[in-house]
Amino acid sequence: MSKSLKLYGLTGVSAIAVLTAAYNFADRTIAPMPSDAPILAADSGSPDMMFIASARAEAAADAKRMGLGREALAEEVAAWDLDVAPDGTGLPVGSGSVAEGEEVFIAQCAVCHGDFAEGVGNWPKLAGGDGTLADEDPLKTVGSYWPYLSTAWDYIHRSMPFGAAQTLSADDTYAMVAYILYSNFIVEDDFVLSNENFLEVEMPNSDGFIVDDRAETEYPRFSEPACMENCKDSVEITMRAAVLDVTPEEEGEAEAEEIMEDANAGSAADEEIEQMAAAETEAEPAAETAALDMALVEDGENVFRQCKACHQVGEGAQNRVGPQLNGVMGREMAAVDGFRYSKTLEQMGADGMVWNEETMAEFMADPRGYIKGTKMSFAGLRKDEDIAAVTEYLKSFSQ
Amino acid sequence: MTADNENKGASRRAFLKGAVAAGGAVAGAGMARAAEPDPLITEVQHWASGLGEGVDATPYGMPIEFESDVIRRNVEWLTADTISSINFTPIHALDGTITPQGCAFERHHSGAIELKKEDYRLMINGLVDKPLIFTYEDLERFPRENHVYFCECAANTGMEWAGAQLNGAQFTHGMIHNMEYSGVSLRTLLTEAGLESTGDLSDKWVYVEGADASSNGRSIPMEKALDDVLVAFKANGEALRKEHGYPVRLVVPGWEGNMWVKWLRRVEVTDQAIESREETSKYTDTLEDGTSRKWTWVMDAKSVVTTPSPQSPIKHGPGPLVITGLAWSGHGAITRVDVSTDGGKNWQQARLAAEGQSKALSRFYLDIDWDGSEMLLQSRAHDETGYVQPSKDALRDVRGENSIYHNNCIQTWWVKENGEAENVEVS
Repeated sequence: MSKSLKLYGLTGVSAIAVLTAAYNFADRTIAPMPSDAPILAADSGSPDMMFIASARAEAAADAKRMGLGREALAEEVAAWDLDVAPDGTGLPVGSGSVAEGEEVFIAQCAVCHGDFAEGVGNWPKLAGGDGTLADEDPLKTVGSYWPYLSTAWDYIHRSMPFGAAQTLSADDTYAMVAYILYSNFIVEDDFVLSNENFLEVEMPNSDGFIVDDRAETEYPRFSEPACMENCKDSVEITMRAAVLDVTPEEEGEAEAEEIMEDANAGSAADEEIEQMAAAETEAEPAAETAALDMALVEDGENVFRQCKACHQVGEGAQNRVGPQLNGVMGREMAAVDGFRYSKTLEQMGADGMVWNEETMAEFMADPRGYIKGTKMSFAGLRKDEDIAAVTEYLKSFSQ
Repeated sequence: MTADNENKGASRRAFLKGAVAAGGAVAGAGMARAAEPDPLITEVQHWASGLGEGVDATPYGMPIEFESDVIRRNVEWLTADTISSINFTPIHALDGTITPQGCAFERHHSGAIELKKEDYRLMINGLVDKPLIFTYEDLERFPRENHVYFCECAANTGMEWAGAQLNGAQFTHGMIHNMEYSGVSLRTLLTEAGLESTGDLSDKWVYVEGADASSNGRSIPMEKALDDVLVAFKANGEALRKEHGYPVRLVVPGWEGNMWVKWLRRVEVTDQAIESREETSKYTDTLEDGTSRKWTWVMDAKSVVTTPSPQSPIKHGPGPLVITGLAWSGHGAITRVDVSTDGGKNWQQARLAAEGQSKALSRFYLDIDWDGSEMLLQSRAHDETGYVQPSKDALRDVRGENSIYHNNCIQTWWVKENGEAENVEVS
């Protein structure tokens, strides 16, 4: 409150009026949201408008700025200002067809979103769900839910693929959006999306949104005086979380249970552990650990951060978006059980090709150039030393 | 120890003993009595004889090992992957109102990136007089402000719409933290870029985005941008943590956490909302008839009892019991919190530890003499607008069960005779 007074107290408006405006804004205005129409139509004498007026007066009065920072160059603004608005503002020139989109989508997106944009596992489904929004379990996809096509273009172009954002060309983005529209039965298979016909696409749920109306539908109802005594006749428990039992267990509890189980399993378990320990000590000398350049391994660990979104390596590593990478160096290509490789990579593995320093370096430098149709959406590593480091790092998990 | 001192000690003990006896006579059976002397007192313990750690043993200190369970936790089945995911603040184990950064919940959309101060740039562009670039050092030269604000994810309590699901305050209400921020007001930076040529400010917006791969762009109306939005670089006195947007994040007081863009890299003045992914496909609230609310930015008043609760049961049996919890409102200050021990039949006013601060957490206490019978514990927050936190049924009456976000219902813990507690719903 005092801050508001200090900042706005020196404007042309009388101090009392400013105080009222600030008070209204800071303490009483429940939802000062400029939904399009109401604000445009708002009376300029209303408290909110006075707030803005006083802010502008401050800006005008305080013409001498701090002079900090520097002017942004046009190239810099162009590099970062990529957002696309519902009316098409920000869309670059370009186009792409459903067929082109299918190719890019299957190569770069299908591993999480499915070949038909239907989603894999817990990853987002992009197609389907038409007419389900009022159901018990609505399926919200680009087709069933998203009100603006600009959102899909903007997000895919700026933030996808996951782990390789900002690598898609404008044309590829148009193509991919066209394919997602096709997957949602919004366009035909011969459709070509471009900056010119972009606004003609009608999104099925474009009328499905209202601006926050809690101030009318909820706040009066939830601002009644609160009952303090004998507010209900009876109270019954109607649902319990323990019945569902989906709460993560405390680590300590889980360990304790495992220990109990182990204890119950008795000496058989102990034998197993001993065998495992023996096997480990035998295996170690066989591994090529002696040849590792540990400094390079450490560098490689840092480089590998770029891979972590999709690949696990080390103890307990599992297949995720990409296959787990334990023992990958020196092994046949496409050899991890339970992972669906691209056809090309499977064929390379069947032909007896092996991941070694040469093949790994070629793949890392240009994944899609080396393995046409690879599901790996990563753009590749630019520096040779990064490739050498990450290769050394992978060698350290030679099992 | 000299004989003199021993005598003094003895007489003091005798005095205390007398006081206990007198007190006991008044208080009756309430006071516990030890059968055996406590060896922790009667025997010299190693920490009372040997030496502790020297300074510099931990140049940056971590909590002592005995507190190792006070950590953020994740609910794995919620998301496909931990890169684009969320975890929860251990609110059941904290007291006061300030959340230590190390256990404050994290929410990332493309992982927590590492961005050096030297590599940091902030661009202000769009409908301003002159587009500007600031370095981190530039930001430090603007007049600075300090404010305490809560940051709550819009999805906090979102798993509880259809019924009681997760058994712990950390999981039902832990997508929240409360820190003291130091930074520059966004108004200052916008003024520096100049709003003379912007035209009518009342229908303008700012679009804010982060430097990470998700960008997490959000549109904020100009009124809010000029009001209390902060470009923050310190929290609780020290640099922001990586997971909270180091080196610079946006603070949007009282509004949903998703708008508090981390690794803030750009603020664009626009004449329309961009309707980004995070403000259309997500963070919109679907009602029972299938229409959805958008631009539901403000976090309504809410509270929860943090102890006793499922992860923080009563271990001491009947007698004096401290019931405590947190309350907050995105509309302003908390003015009052009521607590019920019988599932909402009767309520009594709890004690606020301090006068409510606008858009910051309040701590409440209710000190009772627990008779050891089971309780259905609830809390109900009131804020300065007169809003009273609703029951889950009242919310569902308006919204149905599918709005995911903005679930600020009254929470019920069923505290059993043995002191254990469970997340339940009541009629």
